[in-house]
Amino acid sequence: MRYHSPLTFEAASRVAAGASGVTRFLAGGTDVLVQLRAGSVTPDDLIDLKRIPGVGSITREGDGGWTIGAAVSGAALGATPGLVSDWPGVVEGMGLVGSTQVQGRATLAGNLCNGSPAADGVPGLVAAGATATVVGPEGRRRMAIADIPAGPGRTALQPGEVIAAIHLPARGAQGGDAYERFIPRTEMDIAVVGCAVNLRLDGDTIVEARVALGAVAPTVLLVEACAQAIVGTRLDEAALDALAAAARAAAKPISDKRGTAEFRTHVAGVLARRVAVTAYNRAKGNRAKGAAQ
Amino acid sequence: MSKIHVTTTVNGDAVDFLADPRETLLDCLRDHLGLTGSKEGCGTGDCGACSVRLDGVLVSSCLVLGVEAEGRSIETIEGMASPDGTLHPLQRKFIEHAALQCGFCTPGILVAAKALLEENPDPSESEIRYWLAGNLCRCTGYDKIIRAVQDAAAELRGAA
Repeated sequence: MRYHSPLTFEAASRVAAGASGVTRFLAGGTDVLVQLRAGSVTPDDLIDLKRIPGVGSITREGDGGWTIGAAVSGAALGATPGLVSDWPGVVEGMGLVGSTQVQGRATLAGNLCNGSPAADGVPGLVAAGATATVVGPEGRRRMAIADIPAGPGRTALQPGEVIAAIHLPARGAQGGDAYERFIPRTEMDIAVVGCAVNLRLDGDTIVEARVALGAVAPTVLLVEACAQAIVGTRLDEAALDALAAAARAAAKPISDKRGTAEFRTHVAGVLARRVAVTAYNRAKGNRAKGAAQ
Repeated sequence: MSKIHVTTTVNGDAVDFLADPRETLLDCLRDHLGLTGSKEGCGTGDCGACSVRLDGVLVSSCLVLGVEAEGRSIETIEGMASPDGTLHPLQRKFIEHAALQCGFCTPGILVAAKALLEENPDPSESEIRYWLAGNLCRCTGYDKIIRAVQDAAAELRGAA
């Protein structure tokens, strides 16, 4: 295995594009090193991104959006109060990944590129409408996070392409997001079902919504029917019932050791209701805070 | 396989070693630097027995490559007691509360608990349990570990 520590994403991409064998990009390493150890993936070229300037930075942009470098850890996200305030659902999703030790290294970009349908960091990004800067042999491009997962362990990134940063839009007024997952214990487990909701209010009425489900299909799902079920409502009981029904209709899970398809389908509806209420309350809280100022 | 020369800082001392790029930081600490306090329980980031601080951040050293340590600062269990041998309050409280039996998980738990108390000097029991959720102990049932951390935290707050 050759170890590379390039100083630019372009150089990292060139190494990957020019390699003939197995390549892996190394950010937090909490998946790559486990695969290396297990012998399931033995890279010929391992490209460490952490020497690239800015790769560990969280930046608030002029428009109020956020840029999160590819090597920013979950712990660093949680230690950035402005980001936690704007996008609590994104931060709490990533915060569920692994132990304190894993949080010290694991990254959103890595959680995305590992390609697990159950990745806790991904539904929040999809619900937020986040994008990624992708650097490849053809130059730089922006991709919607929702377009990157392609199936278990697979992404839509092309050979030689690497994620340089993840971008969250400006939070804006009267918005809120949330993420929850179901696991059969309290900590240190992989989602049986995950759900993220991001919404915006006008007064008490939802005017925009994005609902993402994890672990109920080969990739994270952005469920338009869930959004339609709650947009235009005040999240009353009828809207919550319609939301749950839409989530269950969209869920296409498999049965495995973590849960049966039937159970996952049921829980998708339970979580969608619960998470939507949290996001709604956060959106109201944001408005109250804004009014007080 | 060509080895890579790594220069880094461990417990305040400048050190260097030659690392195969596939070797983990844990391998390098134990096999090249003779620092065998950090243990390998699982090798996959699940058990926390290899916990160290990397630039102040708590990590599993089995999930860090040795070559990644270049130019960084590492703290291990060997740096926890004072150079004169005086134990850190956490170490002392672990003994007083009998918070260990076989001791294999203890170095990792001590390193993790020290990181917690630096961030949060007065953690609740729940906060301690969640923080240490990535440190597995198969002997104690955790209760004595939690009591020892609480007692050490109280002493450290009193001393501050």
